[in-house]
Amino acid sequence: MSTDVGTRTTTTPAGRIGDSALRPDGTLKVTGEFAYASDLWHDDMVWGVTLRSPHPHARIRGIDITEALTVPGVTAVLTADDVPGENAVGLEHADQPVLASEFVRYEGEPVALVAADHPETARRAAARIRVDYEVLPAVTDPLRAMDEDAPPVHRPGNLVRHLQLRRGDPSVTAPVVVSLDFEVGMQDQAFLGPESGLAVPAEDGGVDLYVATQWLHVDQRQMCLALGMPSEKVRLHLAGVGGAFGGREDLSVHVHACLLALRTGRPVKMSYGREESFFGHVHRHPAWLTYEFGAERDGTLVYARARTVLDGGAYASSTAAVVGNAGTLGLGPYRIPNVAVDAYGVFTNNPPCGAMRGFGCVQAAFAHEALMDELADVVGVDRIAIRQLNGMREGDRNITGQVIDSAAPVAELLQIVSDLPLPAEREDEPDLRSLPGAVGNTTHGEGVVRGIGYAVTYKNVGFSEGFDDYSTARVRLEMTGGEAVATVHTAAAEVGQGLITVEQQICRTELGVERVVVHPKNTAVGSGGSTSASRQTYVTGGAVKAACEAVRAVVLERAALSLGREVAGLRLDGEKIVGGSGEVLAGLADVLGEDAVEETVEYRHRPTHAIDPETGQGDAHVQFAFSAHRAVVDVDVELGLVKVVALDTAQDVGKAINPDAVVGQIHGGSAQGMGLALMEEVVVTDGHVRNPSFTDYLIPTILDMPPMQVKVLEYADPHAPYGVRGVGEPPTISSGPAVAAAVRAACGRALRRVPIRPEHITGT
Amino acid sequence: MRITTTVNGTQHEVDDVWAGESLLYVLRERMGLPGSKNACEQGECGSCTVYLDGEPVCACLVAAGQAIGREVTTVEGLATEGELHPVQQAFVEAGAVQCGFCTPGLLVAAHDLIERVPDPSDLEIREALAGNLCRCTGYEKILDAVRLAASRQAQA
Ligand code: FES
Ligand code: FES
Repeated sequence: MSTDVGTRTTTTPAGRIGDSALRPDGTLKVTGEFAYASDLWHDDMVWGVTLRSPHPHARIRGIDITEALTVPGVTAVLTADDVPGENAVGLEHADQPVLASEFVRYEGEPVALVAADHPETARRAAARIRVDYEVLPAVTDPLRAMDEDAPPVHRPGNLVRHLQLRRGDPSVTAPVVVSLDFEVGMQDQAFLGPESGLAVPAEDGGVDLYVATQWLHVDQRQMCLALGMPSEKVRLHLAGVGGAFGGREDLSVHVHACLLALRTGRPVKMSYGREESFFGHVHRHPAWLTYEFGAERDGTLVYARARTVLDGGAYASSTAAVVGNAGTLGLGPYRIPNVAVDAYGVFTNNPPCGAMRGFGCVQAAFAHEALMDELADVVGVDRIAIRQLNGMREGDRNITGQVIDSAAPVAELLQIVSDLPLPAEREDEPDLRSLPGAVGNTTHGEGVVRGIGYAVTYKNVGFSEGFDDYSTARVRLEMTGGEAVATVHTAAAEVGQGLITVEQQICRTELGVERVVVHPKNTAVGSGGSTSASRQTYVTGGAVKAACEAVRAVVLERAALSLGREVAGLRLDGEKIVGGSGEVLAGLADVLGEDAVEETVEYRHRPTHAIDPETGQGDAHVQFAFSAHRAVVDVDVELGLVKVVALDTAQDVGKAINPDAVVGQIHGGSAQGMGLALMEEVVVTDGHVRNPSFTDYLIPTILDMPPMQVKVLEYADPHAPYGVRGVGEPPTISSGPAVAAAVRAACGRALRRVPIRPEHITGT
Repeated sequence: MRITTTVNGTQHEVDDVWAGESLLYVLRERMGLPGSKNACEQGECGSCTVYLDGEPVCACLVAAGQAIGREVTTVEGLATEGELHPVQQAFVEAGAVQCGFCTPGLLVAAHDLIERVPDPSDLEIREALAGNLCRCTGYEKILDAVRLAASRQAQA
């Protein structure tokens, strides 16, 4: 195996934007040849492992590595003293040590590193490092952590962010008032490819890191500070990524592998097992939400009040931005004139929480959708109708006062899902596999009640609140072997979602060539921004489009010159220069000759703005994406078992660059939302994770997932390239609340916590 | 320990294998065959599924020593003479591959299903693939791929 593989792809099944072009890496992935980060191998490499804290909170009095160093095969043992630069990393705030020095603040915090010739040797040596811990009381209740007298996890205190939002008259009253408390458990991204990387020391004293990540450049920035090296010496290359979902935004093996490589002078491979992976990345914030709606007797919302507490765990990660979403978007896609929202992110000694698909909107959606159902029932209005009555429309202002300046088809999405055909009624003698409990043979249909639930939600696309959110693309056009070839180079991470397919489709469309090579992704080109916030098709897509346009302009300019014509009216198509009425004027080969035309462009979406610290008002977001779900469930109300029978959805994607890939995103996103509603929870007691394995942390299997009907709307956003609207996250936000609503409808219980467990359904 | 095993029709011999190593580790790290994946190494995800003497197994649960003298087929051995097997082709065409980390194991499991049950019902497909986790696709297009492969196989 060589290391220079990753996402390099050269096959190009044709397809322009709007076509369901096939993935260029599909064949490599089905033959086993695609090189994921954990597959990398290098001559002479050694293995790195991490020693982690067994305590959620402790002072480190000393670390003795003597014994570990004597283990045959060990090449290095490193502690905080060996970090050459700043011993602090972090996405938004550099508050997390590369290796703990004075304190450990969560169970699983990295304390020391070992390199050895075999992973088992390294693990055994790590077990012989003696760390002298003084165990300290752990702050594990986030509500208690907010108290003035709570012990601080960090100085000066435990508040990461308090977002305060006030709109209209916060003290207004209404004839109908409904309220609830809701709790959302901690979800794990559970990407299948474990955190892995290969660090290769270079002759110039620098290091090359091949790693699975979501944003090469933000990793590089943190790594340079920790390694005390300039960016020219810290070069990152995207290795094959086995899913991400937010869990690869923060650093994992990055600095550790490089430290070991630089110390040993040998390539170092690090790859977490599944248990370590549960400690090796942030999770979705668990949340405690208190919501109140005031409405007219017909159900029209008068006001909404919300208080949300998110447990950020031991380090800041992206908690502040998650609070931003939970606050500014936390009341859903509704028109609400009077609003008071307080959203808090707090430090505790629990596992750090950060980004996961849906980012702050997921937790809020469970609360606002449960409360909307309650309001519907109280005022006696149909649950679809009440959402349509209150649903946002284009031109409305949301709760931060921002005008929704492109499509907001809330009512239509709900209508579509409610009009979709329902699954057949249960048969008299159903196949066991189609029932709750399945082949566990717990019921043949007795005690099984069907329920239907709906939800509609919205989410920001791209980074918000004034962040300089851009992507860079380099596009090159040249003749190779008589054929025109475009090469597209971005640093934007392909994590499985299909960005590389989209990059090719855009190049084919803009340059009229068939063959598009996706250059391996690395830091030799400018930042592509993060593969998160459903932003890559929009922002990196926008950059690729702009770079293609720049290349095309140069080519057409040259053609115009040699043809003695105006540039206006010339087009590039099928490797030809074409005139206004479609006549072929010259071959691309004639214009390019031996030259390559290459352009690099940075693309920015419209600026967003910070919100007012007192009122939370402001144009915080660049784009909004809407989706609705309908879930149909069969619930064994005696045993509390649930079978999801159907999960149908409608979503506005602006423009489907690749319709099949769009549907694939919606399928997968829906599954993750359903998982949180019914089964997925990282169980943490007293700061300890109780279920760090796929035996005990359950994600939906093919038996759990129902068939899905997916309807895609394409209301172009006039402000976005091709009119696209981010796709990846909305389905994860609306599917869970729809499933929860369906289970409520079946069992008649309030169910104010997810994941819903059997005992919640049976009330035992 | 020396391990001699036939993998994808070729005899492999590796030395100095530590007794605790799994078949998965030996395939991936010693034989240069990293196609079988390591998503959990706890027998819970199916990403490491390979044939051992014709039976699909989780390679992470098989001690390397147990594979001595036996025949292993991995995802790398499904294609013949550069031609994708119909199951592989169907996964590509149906969009059943996103990140693809689940794919090698699913391909072996789906291959096995179609060999045993030429025209599987949806419930049979779901049951056969229940041990293979996928986090990206929600399984809909995996079902499409298996249906497509089965129908092509039936016509062939
Ligand atoms: S890696 Fe073997 S079952 Fe998961
Ligand atoms: S495609 Fe990513 S886990 Fe299945």
